[in-house]
Amino acid sequence: MKKYRVVGQDVEKVDGRALVTGQPVFTDDFSLPGMLYGKILRSPYAHALIKEINASEAEKLKGVEAVFTYKNVPRKAYTTAGQGYPEPSPYDSFIFDKKVRFVGDRVAAVFAESLSIAEEALSLIKVEYEELPAILDPEDALKDGAPVIHDEPEIQGAHDPSRNIVSHVDLEIGDVDQALRDSDFVVEGIWETQYAQHCPMEAHIAIAYLDERGKLVIRSSTQVPFHARRILSFLLGIPISKIRVIKPRIGGGFGAKQEVLIEDLVALATLKTKRPARLELTREEEFVSSRTMHPMKVKVRLGADKEGMLKAIEMDILSNTGAYGAHGPTVFFNAGSKTLPLYNKAENVRFTGNVVYTNLPVAGAYRGYGATEGYFALECAIDELARKMGIDPLILRQKNHIRPGETSPIFKKLGEGREGVPQTVESCGLEECIENGRELFEWEKKRSLPREVAPGIYRGYGMAIMMQGSAIPLVDMASATIKMNEDGSFLLLVGATDLGTGSDTILAQIACEEIGIPVKNITVYSSDTDFTPFDKGAYASSTTYLSGEAVRKAARKVKEQILTVAHILLGASGDLVIEDGLVKEVGTGKTLTLEEIGLRSFYMADQRQIQATASHVSEVSPPPFAAHFVEVEVDTRTGKITPILYVAAVDCGVAVNPQLTRGQIIGSIVNGLGFALSEGLVFNTRGMPLNPNFLDYKVLSSLDIPEIEVILVETHEPSGPFGAKSVAEICINGPLPAVANAVYDALGIQLKKAPFTAESVLRLLGKI
Amino acid sequence: MKIDITLRINGRSCTLSVPAKTTLLEALRDHLGLVGAKEGCGKGECGACTVLVDGKAVNSCLMLAAQAEGKEILTIEGLSQGGPTPLQRAFVEEGAVQCGYCTPGMIMSCEALLRENPNPSEEEIKEAISGNLCRCTGYIKILRAVKKALEER
Repeated sequence: MKKYRVVGQDVEKVDGRALVTGQPVFTDDFSLPGMLYGKILRSPYAHALIKEINASEAEKLKGVEAVFTYKNVPRKAYTTAGQGYPEPSPYDSFIFDKKVRFVGDRVAAVFAESLSIAEEALSLIKVEYEELPAILDPEDALKDGAPVIHDEPEIQGAHDPSRNIVSHVDLEIGDVDQALRDSDFVVEGIWETQYAQHCPMEAHIAIAYLDERGKLVIRSSTQVPFHARRILSFLLGIPISKIRVIKPRIGGGFGAKQEVLIEDLVALATLKTKRPARLELTREEEFVSSRTMHPMKVKVRLGADKEGMLKAIEMDILSNTGAYGAHGPTVFFNAGSKTLPLYNKAENVRFTGNVVYTNLPVAGAYRGYGATEGYFALECAIDELARKMGIDPLILRQKNHIRPGETSPIFKKLGEGREGVPQTVESCGLEECIENGRELFEWEKKRSLPREVAPGIYRGYGMAIMMQGSAIPLVDMASATIKMNEDGSFLLLVGATDLGTGSDTILAQIACEEIGIPVKNITVYSSDTDFTPFDKGAYASSTTYLSGEAVRKAARKVKEQILTVAHILLGASGDLVIEDGLVKEVGTGKTLTLEEIGLRSFYMADQRQIQATASHVSEVSPPPFAAHFVEVEVDTRTGKITPILYVAAVDCGVAVNPQLTRGQIIGSIVNGLGFALSEGLVFNTRGMPLNPNFLDYKVLSSLDIPEIEVILVETHEPSGPFGAKSVAEICINGPLPAVANAVYDALGIQLKKAPFTAESVLRLLGKI
Repeated sequence: MKIDITLRINGRSCTLSVPAKTTLLEALRDHLGLVGAKEGCGKGECGACTVLVDGKAVNSCLMLAAQAEGKEILTIEGLSQGGPTPLQRAFVEEGAVQCGYCTPGMIMSCEALLRENPNPSEEEIKEAISGNLCRCTGYIKILRAVKKALEER
């Protein structure tokens, strides 16, 4: 494998110093003179009509500058999902509507001189509701006579709103029923995931203002600045040329900020008052009214012959998107498209199911994007099958997983809410992942130990394997611009959206590797819709792979321009290289500084700005792969599960920055462990969330984490920049099945509903 | 009702006229331009607003500014006055920072620990930052950063 100079190095995060010293870098770290503060009035009912709404008292309150309800805003159906255009998501949302569809839905918004005045004004808005029967269980959504949640005539793009169905799939390859009949072993089960919330430490926040040209500028904590601009233009009826979206540093997103949730309201306030306007969700609003993971019921049936070869996989899903469609169809498709190709030896595959509306919080994009739910079911079913056959689940996986040079018909059949793209897996280190993980974890040795380690205390050992994708093929585009200054330094302008992942650093490394300069010689700017070129934004594990390749292409062009000038200046006829910021003629040893080239280009001869822009769309979405192993301890007296050791072996192609890569892996594992152990919104019988805060919704703390070992299994992905694939999402998929499998190994109980609380363990043990 | 309070922050005194209910976090962010401390929940549940008050780590969203009168307050800006400390540098070098929103609070909690206990065990470090939630890093690299800062002292 080629040795790189900058790629593959643990380069310090380019924004690291600013962040550890508390520099003002986030949306809310700047305030503007005359800024108004916004608050949103939210529905107390799960499903109701607004019979009357009267905001006149609120409008009269001193310090209130704007009040918005359905009566004074444009009525246009749209989707909040920040995706490529046209979006595969239904247009079923309105800025405000006469109908509210979940507890926490928007009713009105107030902008005032201070937050406390805005809060007081909310209490003065008189709303008369007519409560409607609500759907609080996704199973009820499909029943005859169920309330229709989206009966608005404007709705577009939902499969059958009259039956609360957002998306429906009925896909079969081969003959699954026949294959199951012919199988020597068949297993079946239903696995269920919960309402989990992303919990970025920075809640959604946006600040709008008018610049000196009258342009609407929105500084927003968003993963998708360009999609936000396009959606706002559509929604507010103002041209894209009159909107600028700036993404400063982002305090985490994990998918929650792949939505346009508050930008429309600050825009309305600023357009109406001509004053800057700020709106930030409270932590409670973040839990209830932003977005969540999709609660899914995933039914899996597997059939295998007596040699342990999978013959059939059936996956049937009931996905709850909550009150609005948002990312409902695409997350559902991904639950199949990112899981089923992993076991491509099964020639008969069926993927079916529905995404339904309920009167509960709105699910959206969440790191893992459906694969998390799919893998929980699939990987637990694989363990169940191995038990039934009496073989090691590791060996069953080895027999059946996809290998380099292979494909799966699923790649073509399932895409982003529509057909996908066929592809052959070029790089796949899954075999090594399983092997290296097995060895470090001491799989066989551990599984031969007595499970009871102290009276009532049991240890268990579980595993799971997984894949994801890298970007959305033939849909999403990324681009980058690189400019050279006269001192030989560079500017990298990207629409790619670093939301804390470190992508600015990764992209700088890719640019510097290609040009031949150290990272200190480049400054990265992301992202500003007026000053950086288009990029789809931060989602679908795209940035390193897709934006990275756009950066590499732009850097290649810039390098060619530099070398053209260098040839003239050096009078060289032979090959030139750029190393550590110096142009060298191969053979003669003649050198030239980049500063000499920069000065000449600006001021002396053949004057021009050395710069280039490049764009990239991928024809494939090469999957990263991983094998996870976990050791858990279960106290059968309390039911508490404690993870002890977690080993993750991951193939993400070439790791551009191993330090940051490990950070993505560990962070996503701990988030996944939260799904497994403690996280989940709880609702009362009227659809009201009971635990929308960090005391009652348990995010893992430093005291709750196991020892985590990461193994990077490096492969080289030919279609990625310097061989890189994606890594940010894949590992969130492992903990749910690996922990469930480990608990089964410890105690012989099957946890099929997340989170695996102490209560659920005690119930399965028959103790309560 | 507004009250006048005098706070000693990062070694300097400043007098503010603020509503009596103003929290220390609001005083820092909204009145003094010290925006390093973040609001993650406003209820003392996440630790993003941690500052040192007389050397102890405190959730500044839970303390009234008036309660901090007469006490020595240290924020991330004050800690960074002479450039990043070894602890802050270790956070960058060990990859203990991702989005960075929890980072100032996390560093202040670690700073309080190291001032009180110069040689903490891993368990003691975990305990010290257990009130600081981080959704990005999974904590492992934060623990490593603190240990690295300890080794390099």
